[in-house]
Amino acid sequence: MLMISLDRLDELFAAVAAKQTLYLPADREDGQAEYRRWEDGVKLSSRLNTVRSAKDFFFPQTEDLVEFKMEGKNIEVIDPRKESEDFVVFGVRACDARSFTILDKVYLVEPVDSYYKTRRDHGTVVTMACTRPEETCFCRTFGIDPTAPEGDCACWSDGESLFFRANTEKGEKFVDSISSLLDEGDTEKLEKINERTRDVLSKMPLANLSAENFGGDKLNEYFNSDKWGELSEACLGCGTCTFVCPTCQCYDIRDFDTGHGIKRFRCWDSCMYSDFTKMAHGNPRLTQLERFRQRFMHKLVYFPANNNGEFGCVGCGRCLSKCPISMNIVKVMKALEVK
Amino acid sequence: MQEAMINRAKELMADGTVSRVIGWKRGEFAYDITPAVFETAEEIDSDFVCDDFTAANVSKYLIKESRKEGRILAFLKPCDTYSFNQLIKEHRIIRENVYVIGIPGGPKLDAEKLKARGITGILGVRNEKGTLHIDTVYGEETMPMFEAILGKCENCKSTKHVVYDELMGEEGEVIADSGRFDRVAELENMTAQQRFEFWREQLSKCIRCNACRNVCPACSCENCVFDNPDSGISNKAAADSFEENNFHIIRAFHVAGRCTDCGECSRVCPQNIPLHLLNRKFIKDINELYGEYQAGEDTTSRAPLTNYNADEDCEPSIVHERGAE
Repeated sequence: MLMISLDRLDELFAAVAAKQTLYLPADREDGQAEYRRWEDGVKLSSRLNTVRSAKDFFFPQTEDLVEFKMEGKNIEVIDPRKESEDFVVFGVRACDARSFTILDKVYLVEPVDSYYKTRRDHGTVVTMACTRPEETCFCRTFGIDPTAPEGDCACWSDGESLFFRANTEKGEKFVDSISSLLDEGDTEKLEKINERTRDVLSKMPLANLSAENFGGDKLNEYFNSDKWGELSEACLGCGTCTFVCPTCQCYDIRDFDTGHGIKRFRCWDSCMYSDFTKMAHGNPRLTQLERFRQRFMHKLVYFPANNNGEFGCVGCGRCLSKCPISMNIVKVMKALEVK
Repeated sequence: MQEAMINRAKELMADGTVSRVIGWKRGEFAYDITPAVFETAEEIDSDFVCDDFTAANVSKYLIKESRKEGRILAFLKPCDTYSFNQLIKEHRIIRENVYVIGIPGGPKLDAEKLKARGITGILGVRNEKGTLHIDTVYGEETMPMFEAILGKCENCKSTKHVVYDELMGEEGEVIADSGRFDRVAELENMTAQQRFEFWREQLSKCIRCNACRNVCPACSCENCVFDNPDSGISNKAAADSFEENNFHIIRAFHVAGRCTDCGECSRVCPQNIPLHLLNRKFIKDINELYGEYQAGEDTTSRAPLTNYNADEDCEPSIVHERGAE
């Protein structure tokens, strides 16, 4: 398999960045990781995951959709989009890579969301196999193999070298673009590392968490469960879980009055917020219980019901580590499950 | 302590003093504790926990809980009692519906500080004489406990309970040399430009999750002004960094004189923004301009910002002069 020595990573990143904008997870001063534009001196983070997920690259938190400028009786309609540039997102984990498949099912079906599609078309996703999963990981619950990530190109590290395998045409182009830096390498050590990672995963506290009893066919049973009250009791109604989530996909569209026209923008919405799906007639979910229920029903029941059984969660564990009161999808699944 | 708390809670439920207990419920791991209301002795026996990770301040939940039928037992750490008292002062908690047991405080621990050191795959955490022994799927790790202390416990202002119906453990005292304003003084000593850049960088990390506001015991408005759909702005839109800056600064102004410095805002921030420093700046200013004042210390005194006294209080111009020193 094609590979490059790990001590030449800077050379690799410089070569990629010379042709396209490169983003990768880097450590912040507080020890947490975030995706950052690569420039000389930016180092790849050793953290398993970033606080914000990689979905930001394709579905940003806020974006302008259209502007209306008014002059007298004339209204000028302006498309605020600029020419998109090609970019590479490097170091995406298997969980986040799967989240793109889930978002695609929402945004690339008719009517196609052209804002999202443009960014998908211009972005190359380079994934990185996990070697050190954390206790909050449960990607395997949703059929994801963290040692064989999806994405345009997948990478594996054996501690000395980084190995590349293109999964798509875009991935092949990416590997071609850096081929002068790559050599053929032996993957024997890699196999052992992957095996060890899988072994570690089976010893994790959430190793046996199963989603098999969730899905569209138990809609009423779960919707009407008497557990929701207790589960949602301590919920603060903040948006942390939804904003760090790689698969949360709801958005709100609003008009901002600039005084001489309108800027129509969309921003991530959160089902935890009191104005979620608020319409002219009011709000269909008046209590935190109903809003809390929405989030988990969407991921575990509604989404699979509409998408051939695919769940709307990838088990990245961000909500497990970030919820201020440590209430999360794992606790909900365990409390709710009807066998 | 946990066992004694469990026994006392069950006693008070059995003799009818209280009908419910608010405390903390154990999670999937060593550290993912959820605030919870317990209604039976069985629930308490199986799930109640009070340990190094039970940092969440449950006082704000009592606004809602004290309006339900029956009396509720609340276990409050010293810092939590200040929040509780402040909410009594603001007529938000119905005092007679809460039975308060003061329990010893922290220092509590922050699991994120373990992970930031690369200690992951955590299966259990043991605290032995100031050293943490962390059992992980990758083997046992150790680290000094003081390096894992939760931010809000690093500069503890008081181990004294300002309100309780009964006390478990020994009573502490107000810590005069907590050093909690040291960082604020450092920021004050920066040039305006440096300070501006510091806050721009910190606040630009904000993801508009509102966790700081929603957890804050001083933010108890039923409808926040930032949630008003007619305001022309959207609080969930990270429209530009200017808005995030304003949100946090306006919020800090709004809780000035009422913030007890419980530190929950910084604890819950997913982006580790040191929000408590904004509040501490206001507390420091109030102390210096209007005299020492600790919100939540009592339930009767008037807060400095609502107690203008023409004879003693400084005029705005004097405030300006002093600030410019």
